[in-house]
Amino acid sequence: MPRLRLTGRGLWISALIVPPIAFVALFVVYPIVSAFAYAFFDWQGLLRGEFIGFDNFYHVLFIEPYATWTRNAFSHNIMVFFALMVLQNGVGFFLAYFLWRELPGARFHRIAVFLPVVLSTIIIGYMFKLFMHPLFGVINTTLRGIGLGELAQPWLGQSSTALWGLIVANAWHMVGFPTLVFLAGMQRIPSEILDAVRMETRSEWVKISKIVWPLVAPSATVVFVLLFVGAFNWFELPYIMAGLDGSPYGSTDVLGLYFYRTAFGNVSSGQQDFGLGSALAVLIFLFIAVIAGFITVRLRAREIQL
Amino acid sequence: MRAHLIRFGLAFAAAAIAGPSLAQDLTLWSWRQEDRAQYEQFIDTFEAANPGITVKFETFEAANYNTILATALAGGTGPDLMMVRAYGGLENVAVPGYLEALTTETVPALADFAAPAIAAESVRADGKIYAVPFASQTMLVIYNKKIFADLGLEEPQTWADFLASAQTIKDAGIFPFANGTATAWQNETIVSALTSSIMGRDFYNDLAAGNTDFNDPRYLEALTKLKEISAYFPDGFIGLDYPSAQQLFSSGMAAMFAGGSFELATFKTQNPDLDLGVFAAPGIEAADEKLVGVFYDGGYAMNAAGSNKEASLKFLNYLASQEFGQAFANTLNNISTVPGVTFENPLLQEVADLNQVSIPYIMLVHFRYGEPSGSVLLQGEVQKLMGDQTTPEAAGKALTDGLAVWYEPFQK
Repeated sequence: MPRLRLTGRGLWISALIVPPIAFVALFVVYPIVSAFAYAFFDWQGLLRGEFIGFDNFYHVLFIEPYATWTRNAFSHNIMVFFALMVLQNGVGFFLAYFLWRELPGARFHRIAVFLPVVLSTIIIGYMFKLFMHPLFGVINTTLRGIGLGELAQPWLGQSSTALWGLIVANAWHMVGFPTLVFLAGMQRIPSEILDAVRMETRSEWVKISKIVWPLVAPSATVVFVLLFVGAFNWFELPYIMAGLDGSPYGSTDVLGLYFYRTAFGNVSSGQQDFGLGSALAVLIFLFIAVIAGFITVRLRAREIQL
Repeated sequence: MRAHLIRFGLAFAAAAIAGPSLAQDLTLWSWRQEDRAQYEQFIDTFEAANPGITVKFETFEAANYNTILATALAGGTGPDLMMVRAYGGLENVAVPGYLEALTTETVPALADFAAPAIAAESVRADGKIYAVPFASQTMLVIYNKKIFADLGLEEPQTWADFLASAQTIKDAGIFPFANGTATAWQNETIVSALTSSIMGRDFYNDLAAGNTDFNDPRYLEALTKLKEISAYFPDGFIGLDYPSAQQLFSSGMAAMFAGGSFELATFKTQNPDLDLGVFAAPGIEAADEKLVGVFYDGGYAMNAAGSNKEASLKFLNYLASQEFGQAFANTLNNISTVPGVTFENPLLQEVADLNQVSIPYIMLVHFRYGEPSGSVLLQGEVQKLMGDQTTPEAAGKALTDGLAVWYEPFQK
């Protein structure tokens, strides 16, 4: 093993590595560790009180009204995850397939599909909020224009459609990302394999299910895990489109909004509570870390089987 | 984020004490960045009358103001004087003992302030006053005078009148109300603005005394009437957000807006040509008292650990004076809480007159001291009511049961 002397090369390497490590430690590791620590104390606003062990965790999981709020927000995150799995990753896969097959206009669509991804979530949120506006929104005015006025809905105002409105906005925004990843995976498939398939069958479906899908499985693992993390960290879009309260009456409440309200308070709530907020943050973090790790390991195993 | 805020607050606090700390230099913290010019003027007036004392006005972002202030006070480095919120927001900083309690001996003018204003800046546990209240806000109906005049309508005297006027406006192809309920807190304002007269003063007194809860028929009647009049809100109003609702009114597409007096300035800015009027929504009968909902915004407090308490007290006395109240009302177009102030702006004068017959904005004033707060519960229940997902009876029960978690009079 070469000795790292504090001259020449060694010094050079340290000089390059230390600033980013210090930066990450200060702004990433330190906040995470302190959130862990905060979760075990009683808080009066910003004043740290006594050490109370797991009380905050018990509180957010089992004591009303927090228990109901936690369950409600968590169930919405799960719903969002599965809905986006179909609407974002599923659609993304087929879009990628069509782009890969070089259907007419593929060059144009390759850019068009990816373009929304680079737009800011703020812009997308406001845009879709305007689309779904009950009086002037494109959707309702179109429906009225073609004589289907009775189908016009206050999309973001009723619990049956509000969360779906957000999901559609998110899918439209991000569908280009899985498309791009899948497309890259498909372009790596060797042409000999495809030539061989062409001799066996003319069925597109057999080609997709038996050849393309198994061979892009590594890409699938990446987008599934990223979607999982994204779905459980969901915050910006609900915040912009539905507000901190998850309007109407908690129909669009997700863990991110709920955590923010609990820790920092909002205009209408009583007190802010850093302890409960930190406990929630820790639970969300652990949940995502454990499940995402599990998915990665399982899907890697599946990739090999496929 | 948290660590950031703390550092941010501490940095500011450190800067504040590192400044010159000569005996008579005071700092005043505020979240009203937009009122800086006016406050500098008020301070000039004070300094001219009190040579040797200087006051420095410093502002912070409104959304994080409480956090910054609480951090600075907790670190023992807060300002001499500060704007504080009212009710629960006041208790956050007053209960830990950061604020100097005020009495009618140290600030004699407080004796003449209205009781609800004093209550807004007092802590429930010890009953002491911790700040000089500065402004009130009123929940009422704002209307477009031109539309009312064109259609030959008067301010309604009975609930039937109110509905008939709304119908007339609707028949004329104008939205009677601009209100939407997609933005959660708007659900709370419409309850107070439209139904304070229906629930009535007796209900409020009984509720405040702990003799009744939200299952009371008078409250359920109010929710029923709210649902009834929501038929005159725009189509799909449950999906209509707050900024859109404001635009509907200021563009003249709607004739009325049920909301807070703080909207008046916004509407004037959005459309300077609007001819605005205000009224208190009527009760069932013409003889029923016409009530508006009132709450107080905040107050001026002094640091219990400050080093210039005598000078600070002089400044607080100035802030409680008629002279200041008048200047505040004239330049900031706000309803000053100082008794005896008159308003140059006739609309503000009208609001101030309506305030004489009022009940508090109930959930903010009484039920934001615990989780779940009455405001959060009411907003959700009204959204459900508007979306046909609940009944007034079920909503009243949900409010009562939800609050019973921490509000003792409801625990039976």
